[in-house]
Amino acid sequence: MPEKIQTIHYVNQFFGGLGGEDQAGVAPQWYDGPKGPGQLIAGMAPDIEIIGTIVAGDNYMAENLDAAVAEIVGLIEAKRTVAADFKPKLLLAGPAFNAGRYGMACAAVCQAVQARLGIHAATALHEENPAVEIYRRPVTIVRASSDVMGMRDAATNMARVGLKLVAGAAIVPTEDNTISHGLRQNYFADAPGAQRAIDMLLRKVSGATPETEYAMPVFGRVPPAPAVKNMAQATLALVTSGGIVPRGNPDRIESANASKFGAYSLQGLDRLSGETHQSVHGGYDPTYANEDPNRVLPLDVMRDLEREGRIGKLSETYYATVGNATSVERAQRYGQNIAAELVNVGVQAVILTST
Amino acid sequence: MTLTLHKHIVNQVKLGEQTGINQGCLSLDAAALARTLQEQDHRLARIRVRLALPGEATRILCVKDVVQPRAKAVGTEPGTGVLCVLENVAIATCGPIVGFQEGIIDMSGPGAAYTPFSRLPLIVLEIDVHEPLDPHAHEEALREAGTRAAKFVAQSCLDSVPDQTEEVLWDEVPCAPSLPRIGYVYIVLSQGLLHDTYVLGRNAQEGLPISVDPRIVLDNGVLSGNCVSACDKNTTFHHQNNPVIAELLSGHGTRWNFTGVVITNEPTRLAEKQLSAAAAVEKIIQMKSSGVIISKEGFGNPDADLMMIVRDLEQAGIKTVAITDEFAGSDGASQSLADTTPEADALVSTGNANERVELPAMATTIGPLPDVSRLAGGYPHSLRDDGSMEVELQAIIGATNQLGYSHLSCREA
Repeated sequence: MPEKIQTIHYVNQFFGGLGGEDQAGVAPQWYDGPKGPGQLIAGMAPDIEIIGTIVAGDNYMAENLDAAVAEIVGLIEAKRTVAADFKPKLLLAGPAFNAGRYGMACAAVCQAVQARLGIHAATALHEENPAVEIYRRPVTIVRASSDVMGMRDAATNMARVGLKLVAGAAIVPTEDNTISHGLRQNYFADAPGAQRAIDMLLRKVSGATPETEYAMPVFGRVPPAPAVKNMAQATLALVTSGGIVPRGNPDRIESANASKFGAYSLQGLDRLSGETHQSVHGGYDPTYANEDPNRVLPLDVMRDLEREGRIGKLSETYYATVGNATSVERAQRYGQNIAAELVNVGVQAVILTST
Repeated sequence: MTLTLHKHIVNQVKLGEQTGINQGCLSLDAAALARTLQEQDHRLARIRVRLALPGEATRILCVKDVVQPRAKAVGTEPGTGVLCVLENVAIATCGPIVGFQEGIIDMSGPGAAYTPFSRLPLIVLEIDVHEPLDPHAHEEALREAGTRAAKFVAQSCLDSVPDQTEEVLWDEVPCAPSLPRIGYVYIVLSQGLLHDTYVLGRNAQEGLPISVDPRIVLDNGVLSGNCVSACDKNTTFHHQNNPVIAELLSGHGTRWNFTGVVITNEPTRLAEKQLSAAAAVEKIIQMKSSGVIISKEGFGNPDADLMMIVRDLEQAGIKTVAITDEFAGSDGASQSLADTTPEADALVSTGNANERVELPAMATTIGPLPDVSRLAGGYPHSLRDDGSMEVELQAIIGATNQLGYSHLSCREA
């Protein structure tokens, strides 16, 4: 018979049998063996051995979550140092259904033990529990009903998913009834893409709702800034996703999915040349940009406008990254950081060039 | 119009004194092949011909194209006559980087799972050109060398008895009116500057969209001429073996009525995109299709072409399924596409090309190793001293092919 998985169970004062709101202020305490829903889990999941239950009051956790979670981590670490055979591989928290304080505590405890102690963790929450939005990315959350009526299903599934985590198996939200981490993950499908496309189309043509493999994201919209009133007084900057960098690519910006942007001086330069600058963008033919980098970063024209007095001046720093296959999330972050730096140095307008 | 395929199933490839097939064993006179290619193109300075076999610890780098040996045995009209096809073998061309977007083929190890070409014996041509040669001429020289080599090999088998003979039937097959009418919009890359495709010998920047008999595509009607990211460039092999066309032909007359193929392009200017999309949709409407599969090539800018066509078709009452890959970031946390439309409610995902894969060192490397760090999908720190590397799937040939050739997909986790 395989060894049972040593498991710690986390519950609040109510499910731990200490009492209701009057006991909501109690600090985390350790009890050997299962309590409350833990007895249900132990009965239904023979591979799990609940070696202890941590019970804490909802208010105690909510009032100072970080410190309270640190206390729980400390409790487990202390057990580890005194008992050589104390080797928990899994922590299960809840189910907490739609209870706000309890849900936050469950999710925070899961996040902490997996990150700090290397113990797998899962909780069970209703999808509208406020903890879901905050913790879904790092924490494995099994779907639960909104109230305790769904205890048996949620506890059983939480135990099953927990064992899968310990076994290193992939959790598939649609199959395992978990809340997705909001991440896209590759896998090898049974049929090639063309065949899946035709099957999907036949269903759609027959009137069934297609089960898309990628639901359309909703794009954020950025309202344009108001027009610059007096260009002759304005400081302009150049920003490009076209990959124009000083020759040699000092920041080693990648040719695709760039992990950074660079800030480079234009001081003393009247125009760029193939000797001073180059393109590192991997998404377009760089021949012409390398021949004359002003084609992508139009310094030559900006200097003309500056001399003619049509703009106040050109900011002496330009920013560059590579837009090729760079994820929208990264691009947003670079945009926000570049904008903050530009505002800091008093830039009023930017010419953005893409490729 | 009939097209007959004479298929030779290759079960062994070896270098030898002459070129030809005997009992499934393909012999290749490498010196004669190299000499023939150089006679036809004086830009080619050096051609090294090597074999790379499935399961070998071999990595091929800066692969430009992969081509299946196919040559006309009878007839000259595209899509008709007799076509000699060598199954289970392909030609791969590689050499110093031209664009950024040549790719990697690993014949074994974790990278092999992501490319269909690890499962085929490959005849690899590593080609150097006479310098200086501008990048566009360089690309052309390698493209033509690949297709000429494929022809050279296939032509050596014209007089051998094929293992299988297959009649490719299409519009002569009677279709019951009750069958759903399914069309195919085949979008090919045509952005110029090393991002081209050739349709019936003509650059795809011009003269598209057109509706074609699907058999024309099988008969070398579409050739790759681009250096777009390796993961979702349609190599010439992918065009020759277009899986959407193969599937649609296989169920034609029994499960659906395959109404035809509209090949269209991906122009760079907005007005041209709108014109191409509108014209492609018009051709699908003329075919009276009730549903359409749409495939794509490249990503980012081409997402706009795909979404325009999906939107216009759906608004015309025609159901669509589009095949696309994703760029969701290395951790999968980002949204995946550069353009969207609410009508695109049925997408097939061929995988997140940003996902990283660890490739161990290989005993044999064909092609210029240091160029890895400059490939799209590579990183400046990609290549380690021990020869191992971490790359994005983007750098692997065919990893997220948007014709739907492979099994890779992506889901919520």
